[in-house]
This record gives sequence, C-alpha cells and structure tokens, in this order.
Amino acid sequence: MVMSSRHMALGRVPAAGVTRVRAILRTVHDPEIPTVSIVDLGLVHDVRVGPDGGVCVELLPTFVACPALEAIRSTVADALAGLGRPVEVTFVRTVPWTTERLTDAGRAGLAAAGIAPPSAVADVRCPYCDSADVAMDSAFGPTLCRSLFYCRSCRNPFEAFKSV
Amino acid sequence: MTLDGVEPIAMDFAGAGDGRERGLAMLLLSMADDEFVIGFSDSEWTGIGPILEEDVAISSLAQDELGHAQALYGLFVDVVADGRDADAIAYDRPPEGYLHARLLDHPRGDWAWTIARRWLYETADAARLEALATSSHDPLRQLVDKLRREERYHVMHVDAWLDRLANGGDEPRRRLTEALAAMGRDAGTVLAGLPGETALVRHGIIAEPFAAIEARWRAVTSTRLVGLGLPALPGTADPEHARNRHSEAFRALHAEFTMVRRSEAGATW
Repeated sequence: MVMSSRHMALGRVPAAGVTRVRAILRTVHDPEIPTVSIVDLGLVHDVRVGPDGGVCVELLPTFVACPALEAIRSTVADALAGLGRPVEVTFVRTVPWTTERLTDAGRAGLAAAGIAPPSAVADVRCPYCDSADVAMDSAFGPTLCRSLFYCRSCRNPFEAFKSV
Repeated sequence: MTLDGVEPIAMDFAGAGDGRERGLAMLLLSMADDEFVIGFSDSEWTGIGPILEEDVAISSLAQDELGHAQALYGLFVDVVADGRDADAIAYDRPPEGYLHARLLDHPRGDWAWTIARRWLYETADAARLEALATSSHDPLRQLVDKLRREERYHVMHVDAWLDRLANGGDEPRRRLTEALAAMGRDAGTVLAGLPGETALVRHGIIAEPFAAIEARWRAVTSTRLVGLGLPALPGTADPEHARNRHSEAFRALHAEFTMVRRSEAGATW
C-alpha cells in the first residue's frame, strides 16, 4: 500500500523533536521585519510532535485582521517541509498575542529595523538617536501593528510597534 | 426589538432550545454586521482620505473592522452550525437580512460625517465589549479580550478627530454639529435591546442588559460632547426597529460589497 510504504520511509528519518522544530522556526522572519524571527516576535504559541512524527505548530496573530497571516503560515510550512514529516500550521485565537510576548532579541531586532519597540506612548524613544523628544503623528501606520512618530531631536520620522 | 417577520437567522436551528443559543446567535450576528458594515463603508475613503496619514489611518480602521467581523461571523457559524461558512453569512443574505444598527445605515458622507458616525459607533462598541469581557461563552470572551486591545486605538484616534473638528474653526464645527444632529437620534441603536437578551444575561453571556450599558454610554458621551460645547445626544428614535428596515444607502452599499461574490462565486485572492 502506498500509505504504509510512505510511513515506513518516514520511519527511517530521525525523529524531529520539538527542539529541532523550534530551531527551524527561529530562521523564519516576519515578512516585513527581516530582523525579527517569529519566535522572538512571540508568534509561536505551541509546538507539538506527535507519536507518528507529525509536526503541529500553533501561531498567534498579532492583529486579528493582519493580512500577512497566510504568508507567515505558508513560510513556516515551507521551512519545516525539509523534515519530511506531515506539518500542520494553524492560527490560534483563544489566546491573545500581547506586547509582552516579544523577547529582548525581538525588541532589539525591531529597533535595528528602525521600529521603536512597543511601550506606553509616553515612553516611546527614537530608534535612531534614542531621544525621548518624540511625538506621535498617527496611531495608524503602514501596517495594523505600527504607529507613526516623529523625532524632534534627529528629525527623522519613524514607526513604533503598537502596544497591545 | 421586533424584526417585522424578517428571519435573518433560521431561528429553529439545532440547539436553539432554551434561548441561550438563539440569543447568542443574535448577539454575534448583530456585532459582526456592525463591524462589517462600518468597515466596508469607511473603506471607501481608501485613496481619497483628506491627508495621506489619515488615508492610511481610516483604511487601517476599516481593515481592523473587517477582520473583527470575520472573526465574529466565525463564532456565529460555530453556534448556528447550519453548514454555512463565514463568507456565506457575510455575502449571501438579502439587504433586509442584515442586523447592523440603524446608525450604520447612514452613508459615510463628508469627513465630519464619517468622524461623527465613527465616534458614536466606537464609543458604543467599546461599552458593549466591556460588558462582554467576562462572558461565559469562552470563544466570545477570548475574542473580546483581543478586540479590546485593538479597538482602544480606534477610540483614541476618533476622539482626537472629534476634538480637532469641534475646535477647528467655524466650518469644521458646523459640519460636525450638523452630522451629530442628523445621526444623534440613531446613535443609541448600537446598544438597543436585542431579542433573546434576557437569556443572554441569565446565562452570563453579557454582564447586564443593554439598557444599563446604554445609560452609562450616554452619560459618558454626553459629558464629552458638552465639554466640547456641543449638544448632548437626543433620545433614540424608534428603538423597536433599531436593526432592521434598512436605508437606501445601505442597499447601495450591499449591492457594492456583494458584487464580486455575485459575479464569481467562491472567488479568492
């Protein structure tokens, strides 16, 4: 039978543990922020490897209406395809993504991309010169998750990740 | 609220038993339709916003609302479970089958009108979400937790515009005042009582009756308007028909947002 021979073939591949899957997920970046992995962005809710070796990855959308979800899902599936295992990538909506899920590396990665990491509006600092003399131009920027700011010190416009 | 014989939902769906599912379905569909209609309507500003930043902002607001509508339609189809998916609910009903509040039957109008409509809606929606924050229906409580984090920015943004227009000189103030006067008597329709509401309160799906939520919203919004030197909101006209008997403006909008679905069923992009 086709199915059983495929399963036998899969059985010869070393088991893909959760650690290995997570290491691969670290190589997947936000489609618009190449300096931040989806792990550091806090998008990965859960990783499971079933007894049959099947990999299940659960992700959290930063914003409910984020149009990049399908792109992120397919990029994750592609990255894990090399494991030679059945892969399922789903978005979970029972748990909210919050700003606290960003890791320190994620916050540093945002700043490196010219995006101020999330904080209370009064505490936003310029990602270029670190000045606190900034003003919000608009709560809504080029993507749902970012706001527009202006730095009065170095006179650069910049974006800040929304705090949610 | 009566529905004049309109059956937006097949009310005999399985599990409609003691009124809990029926009330829940009505609540979810009315919220989803509210978000869908204002989201689609305000998306008409994309490309023609008054300034570039505002074009981006109103488009983001509209995009948020459409995403929220999609999530709420998803919860609705899980409750009703009659085989239709979220897209079928969003696009395949006749205009009279939609349950959005009469406030959203008004067209987007000029910028002052858009801001007035959105301010009235966002403040009412925030009050409604607050009353659902501890809902006994787990999927709704979890979604509301997420929505409130996003809607906070909507209220902040539109309230800043209210202030800007109210204090922006004669013409902005005149246009804002006219818009609020024209829509004021429909503002309370967002928080008008729903059929099945008693069951919703009894089952802990919503914290309190809509009348209590509406009263608190009215007090807060009136204080804000009076503080800006604007008239307080008038009472709600015809609350019995808060979510039906839709306007010609909505019928035109409906023809627009169902166009792709009607011409190419199952289309994706």
